[in-house]
Amino acid sequence: MSGAAAVSIRRVSKTFAAGDVVALQEIDLDIRPREFVSLIGPSGCGKSTLLRIVGDLIRPSSGEIVVNGKSAHEARLDRDYGIVFQDAVLYDWRTVARNIALPLEMAGWDRARRAERVREMLELVELTGFESRHPWQLSGGMQQRVAIARALSFSPALLLMDEPFGALDEMTRERLNAELLRIWRETGCTVLFVTHSIAEAVFLSTRVVVMSPRPGRIAEIVEIDLAQPRTGDTREDPRFFELVTEVREALHGGSDRGSPRLRVAE
Amino acid sequence: MTLVAPVAGERLLGRTLRRARDWAPAAVVLVLSLALWQGLVAALEIERFLLPRPTQILKAFWEQRDTLWSAGLFTFREALGGFAIGCTAAILAALVLARWRRLGGALMPYAIAANAVPIIAFAPITNQWFGLLNPLSKMVIAAILCFFPVLVNTLRGLTSVRPSSIELMRSYAAGELEIFRRVRIPNSLPYVFSALKVASVLAMIGAVVGEFFGGSQEALGVQIRSATALFQFETAWAAILVASLLGIAFYLVIALVERLTMGWHPSTRTAD
Ligand SMILES: Nc1ncnc2c1ncn2[C@@H]1O[C@H](COP(=O)(O)OP(=O)(O)O)[C@@H](O)[C@H]1O
Ligand SMILES: [Mg+2]
Repeated sequence: MSGAAAVSIRRVSKTFAAGDVVALQEIDLDIRPREFVSLIGPSGCGKSTLLRIVGDLIRPSSGEIVVNGKSAHEARLDRDYGIVFQDAVLYDWRTVARNIALPLEMAGWDRARRAERVREMLELVELTGFESRHPWQLSGGMQQRVAIARALSFSPALLLMDEPFGALDEMTRERLNAELLRIWRETGCTVLFVTHSIAEAVFLSTRVVVMSPRPGRIAEIVEIDLAQPRTGDTREDPRFFELVTEVREALHGGSDRGSPRLRVAE
Repeated sequence: MTLVAPVAGERLLGRTLRRARDWAPAAVVLVLSLALWQGLVAALEIERFLLPRPTQILKAFWEQRDTLWSAGLFTFREALGGFAIGCTAAILAALVLARWRRLGGALMPYAIAANAVPIIAFAPITNQWFGLLNPLSKMVIAAILCFFPVLVNTLRGLTSVRPSSIELMRSYAAGELEIFRRVRIPNSLPYVFSALKVASVLAMIGAVVGEFFGGSQEALGVQIRSATALFQFETAWAAILVASLLGIAFYLVIALVERLTMGWHPSTRTAD
């Protein structure tokens, strides 16, 4: 089935030479096109490492990644990834508009096309009017929206997000969650999302991948069958609470429906 | 996509007034200390070879303004030449060391050690190497003085980039060269400019002190020495005044260029 998958992770392991840390052990995961998959797990269980391996920012010690039928390396050179980190990583010397245009400049878009695209993206993240500001003149939430606009500007097939809202307050986070889902529906990209918030993972995702630490591996995968599109009401849905509980139990490894693999991990 | 928004006339006026208010205390301090200097020298009857009065210095400055300014410019040219050579070499070296980090790791301890050496002590030696009367002998000492602080700071600016901002560039398929052009070099600019400001001061010191060990009669340092030898202390002080004014002007020009090229930087902006 890997031909149909947007991302196919095959027996990926990663051992860091420094400290001999087994960050990931034999990870197997297929992500279908247009899926929204969240990785959740205690800190140090290898979520960021897995995301970086998928994005070809680090190499796995063993195993293979196939992205849209290509190797991760080819996918990176084809600019298939839009990446958003926990801190927005905006370039202070560029205005908001020129930060968003950066990947477009690098892909060789001409000026007029870039300007048009930047305008669209600013509209998408509701920052019209802020184009000539500099990053340090924006709030944390606005900076993160610029980072999202930049990641989406060149319509990457795959959006990789590493705790993008981790540093934001709860209200901003919920608003950006809703915005992200709207963008996801409108652009039809595939998302791999790292979070340590159970509620966030359940609210956003089509599937939640629960990881366990030392060595980092997949403990359980929870299908999130909540109706689309998700709204404020979704958070009140009894099914939402059931799923939150299910993910929480998987996280604590205390579920009696636990997979055999999870028992081994115990 | 301009960096600085056009400013309406009245805002410009407001800004000028605010600037003036900011500078007023400093101006008051200047006037008061000059008055105090004048008063104390007169009251304590300090001999003029120890410390002339400001009015005497200004008088000497005015009477000999032509020779002093041409001497000043002669020395300033040496300082400027040394500054250009030293800073260019340092920035190029920093780019190379940042690109090939192994090399940087091997050489940096020596650069940092060299930065702590009182390089000015080599002035008599560069005078020997290039000839007393050759302006190059002063330029070289000024260049060496400028080299190390600019090298160390530029390298720090080029390398103190958040790993995630490099990862982001790599995710756009950027190569090493493009990462330099779009991230490392802009990131280094604040560091480079603060080093250039230090270097502008060092270059003037290098040129003047180099001249103390001998040089053309036209040079400011030589004139300070010969004026002192001839008991023309007011002239010596007036020459120091010229050196100071040129040094300050040099510094301000660099600060201005910094402001113009880095309008984006938080430190160069007021809160408006
Ligand atoms: N560059 C590295 N060198 C050595 N060890 C690392 C490196 N990056 C991550 N690790 C280790 O790998 C493990 C997983 O890290 P990470 O993927 O960042 O976890 P998470 O994102 O889930 O918190 C941790 O034990 C961490 O210390
Ligand atoms: Mg992490």
